[in-house]
Amino acid sequence: MNAYVGTPTSRVDGRAKVTGAAKYAGEFAADGLLHGFVVEASIARGRVARLDTSEALKVKGVVDVLTHEHRPPLADKDEAWKDEVAPEKGSPFRPLYDERVKFNGQPIALVVAEDWEIAKFAATRVRVEYEQEAFSTDLESERGKAEKVDQPHKPRGDAAAALTRAAVRHEADYVIPTEHHNPMELFATTAVWNGSGGLTVYDKTQGVQNVQKFLCSVFGKEPDDIRVISPYVGGAFGSGLRPQHQVVLATLAALALKRSVRVVLTRQQMYGLGYRPMTIERVALGAKPDGTLDAITHEAIAVTSRYEDFSRNDTGWAEQLYKSPNSNFSHKLVDLDVSTPSDMRAPGAATGVCALECAMDELAVALKLDPVELRLRCYSDRDQSQSLPYTSKQLRECYARGAEAFGWSRRNPAPRSMRDGKELVGWGMATGVWEALQMPVAVRIVLTANGHAEVSCAASDIGTGTYTIVAQVAADALGLPIENISVRLADSTLPQAPVEGGSWMAASSAHAVLGAAEEIRWELARLAKAMPGSPLADLDAADVTLTDGMIASSDGRGAAVSIADVMRHSKLERIEKEKLNQFAEDKSHARNTHSAVFAEVKIDEELGIIRVTRIVNAVAAGRILNTKTGRSQIMGGVVWGIGMALHEETVMDHRFGRIMNANIAEYHIPVNADVHDIDVIFVDEPDERINRLGIKGLGEIGIVGVPAAIANAVYHATGKRIRRFPITLDKLLE
Amino acid sequence: MNNFQYSRASDVADAIRLLAADPGAKLIAGGTNLIDLMKENVERPSRLIDISRLPLRDVEETADGGLRIGALVPNSDLAYHPLIEQRYPLLASAILAGASAQLRNMASVGGNLMQRTRCPYFYDTTTPCNKRSPGTGCSALDGLNRNHAILGTSNSCIATNPSDMSVALAALGALVHIARPSGQRTIALTDFHRLPEDKPHLDTNLGSGEIIIAIELPPHGFARNYSYLKIRDRLSYAFALVSVAAAVDLEGNAISEARLALGGVAHKPWRSLEAEAALRGQAATPDHFGRAADLLLQGATARSHNGFKIDLARRAVVRALMQAASATPQSQAHKKIA
Repeated sequence: MNAYVGTPTSRVDGRAKVTGAAKYAGEFAADGLLHGFVVEASIARGRVARLDTSEALKVKGVVDVLTHEHRPPLADKDEAWKDEVAPEKGSPFRPLYDERVKFNGQPIALVVAEDWEIAKFAATRVRVEYEQEAFSTDLESERGKAEKVDQPHKPRGDAAAALTRAAVRHEADYVIPTEHHNPMELFATTAVWNGSGGLTVYDKTQGVQNVQKFLCSVFGKEPDDIRVISPYVGGAFGSGLRPQHQVVLATLAALALKRSVRVVLTRQQMYGLGYRPMTIERVALGAKPDGTLDAITHEAIAVTSRYEDFSRNDTGWAEQLYKSPNSNFSHKLVDLDVSTPSDMRAPGAATGVCALECAMDELAVALKLDPVELRLRCYSDRDQSQSLPYTSKQLRECYARGAEAFGWSRRNPAPRSMRDGKELVGWGMATGVWEALQMPVAVRIVLTANGHAEVSCAASDIGTGTYTIVAQVAADALGLPIENISVRLADSTLPQAPVEGGSWMAASSAHAVLGAAEEIRWELARLAKAMPGSPLADLDAADVTLTDGMIASSDGRGAAVSIADVMRHSKLERIEKEKLNQFAEDKSHARNTHSAVFAEVKIDEELGIIRVTRIVNAVAAGRILNTKTGRSQIMGGVVWGIGMALHEETVMDHRFGRIMNANIAEYHIPVNADVHDIDVIFVDEPDERINRLGIKGLGEIGIVGVPAAIANAVYHATGKRIRRFPITLDKLLE
Repeated sequence: MNNFQYSRASDVADAIRLLAADPGAKLIAGGTNLIDLMKENVERPSRLIDISRLPLRDVEETADGGLRIGALVPNSDLAYHPLIEQRYPLLASAILAGASAQLRNMASVGGNLMQRTRCPYFYDTTTPCNKRSPGTGCSALDGLNRNHAILGTSNSCIATNPSDMSVALAALGALVHIARPSGQRTIALTDFHRLPEDKPHLDTNLGSGEIIIAIELPPHGFARNYSYLKIRDRLSYAFALVSVAAAVDLEGNAISEARLALGGVAHKPWRSLEAEAALRGQAATPDHFGRAADLLLQGATARSHNGFKIDLARRAVVRALMQAASATPQSQAHKKIA
């Protein structure tokens, strides 16, 4: 039954995307469509004392200017504003709710006009007076005000005492700046007014049902009043997990004006959404002379807003990776006058594992041990936080395969010992780890007598390939060619799905497809058995499989009936089955993906210019559903890791509390010239326990460990340890 | 973006007349910088005078063996023009070091000279900036100034000129031909851009009602020993932290003539005749290059974040001169600084 699963199947939506047939949220048309442009606050904290829209309203083509003083009703309870991924603690931001300014770049008005350029022009005619209040946006100057938040990882043993007595100790701060997602597609919503009070909302989001429920609660609507659709998403990386400003504003304007309204945020305005919060990571490692760990402490101090506590697991990853009898982890937050951070690819791990793996490299140097050897000596076969075995963990194999492919054995351990002309050569490595999560998802399959099946689910495809893997799994489970499968996703009226994030959608959607396909198979088996003279009459549904358009006995004796015959005989045009798949709770095992990343850098010794000339990323993530899209996803993570190591930084002027590089000319990500060889290895990792197909998900693991591997390679090349990211040439020349 | 009037100039005289008639008017050719600035409300012209159709697209040889380049020649056409590639490869290389292929296709030579600083405070209309709003103050002086000027700064402004092309033009000794209401005038490229002093809102010495009509290159193009070395935070599509246009004539290993200009360090391309003179007659060695770099960087001062640029510039000058002297110019296509 594996014609497609596990193969390098090309994207089923690839042609639609490259030909422009795929429509994104800001591309849907509507009669009489109006355009909204957001006016933003230019102070970090205070209140809007006066908002004069009269000049804007005089501009020909302007229909209205919505403000906190002039808008339809909005829910007044925090609960109504809490979407399914909102932080537990806090009071979510409410666009245009009141006169309070909570962060620079906050939306404070929406100009609605017949044309986008008119709205944009009129937005400059809105006069705002503020009462400013003292503010702070600087994590480092406010570090002393950090407050601890609850985290699942409890202290084990006495880490402080163990550190004191450690034969070899390493302790340092690693600083990772705020970073923004910068997806290619701008955040956009087209809210289509359907005449009777209802709306169809085309939105850029990672979760249509999350947005749909949120809009209903914020605007006091019934579930049938609002439908949210998001067929394609041009990248999101976590920025689209929560309903964003533009969807509230477009909906607000559509309801106020009883017209269809589109709001597209500019690139600059997207810097007022979520981000990876700046984090100061303090890691302390205490080792015995034999290179085993006796103590690990990891403290993270991260940015959050004053109105919500956003925190992720930065510090607990050592529990998965490295055996240590004593450990202590703590996560602290500093409230600043900024918008709430959000998930961004491998939230917590991208930063926390970066710090941990840089620290492990420093410990290896102190111990005079090879960095891979240190990790093998500290290797943990159990998740120590609850002392659980893993459903599978082929990390040892990742180290071995990655090292071999990279040629690690030829590494001279001495810093500055390897050269290529004017360039110093550095080889570094790091470990990656992420969770293998799975969530309840429902899928509907409609099988028609002509041998086609439509598979539908509310899940989003944020560019990761969900359309393709759903089609692959359905084709195999139904025994049909993939061309006969059509997939519908990301419509809130389709069967239930959570937001697409956390690397959980591949496993979750695939098993939901399996579940619905199984119901189809049972139905077909029942019908087939009932046919007069059926060769399958004596078989149970469990004993037949669907293959090549046939219902066939699984025992290989060749008994089979065609699906088309069965349906014709049963006078059925279609069989429709919907199934909610829930994974049985299993607290007896830990579920994680792992990787070993090896990086080569070449650094111009005089000029400090760093090139990442080679990356080998060996990944153990269970069964890989699609080796082609999977490889692309890991490569994307690696490129992002290069950016995290060398380029990315949201730069803020704390005197103004403003981001000063809110555009992709000045916020640097790697360009083609910065990317060289990337070798992705999928390590075989059979896992019969985690789920039926043995799937773990690949969304996050590709980036984890990459920045540390590069930073460690930079040290190996130069002898300089840069602990403040990104590693720019000025830091090397200092 | 503000509302504006649009006029299409029928010839250079018409463009000058239209400019004179409306003090808020701006010329537009490729628009690659002006339209960006209009979108940010930094530039709010009352009128755009479209000169993109004027017949200023020729590259012609001059009587003395130099080249005259029409102001509207697209940057990419110029970079790939056979005469430029053969005789002025330093200029071709500098152009290709800048922006992206798409921008170079649109951008004109004259427009490249007119591009404005990338200082983030200049772009952000909510912050003080003497260049954008004279008299409001300079936010960069005590703010984010990692990529700001180290030479020729004032207490009013530490912005840099972002052009790569201009740096090569300065080194090559190019002239700028300007049409004005009362006829024409010609000035050296090195006199075209200004230092900020107390009037940072003025980037250039172009007077009101004046139009760049051509750039002229002198006959000697240093086609054998040159290099344009641009150092930046990623290997492509970023503005220079420091860039160097270097060119030498060699007799044996002795330098008979040298040209040296820096980009990304000042309000204008930075050239020092003293530094060039110091190289003449000297052997092409790192020591001599370093001494020239020191002369070129004389008087360099740093603010809180850009001190590294002084040392980086010195290193880059030495490297660029080495590349030039060894006839191995920096490639703008390889994914590597040589």
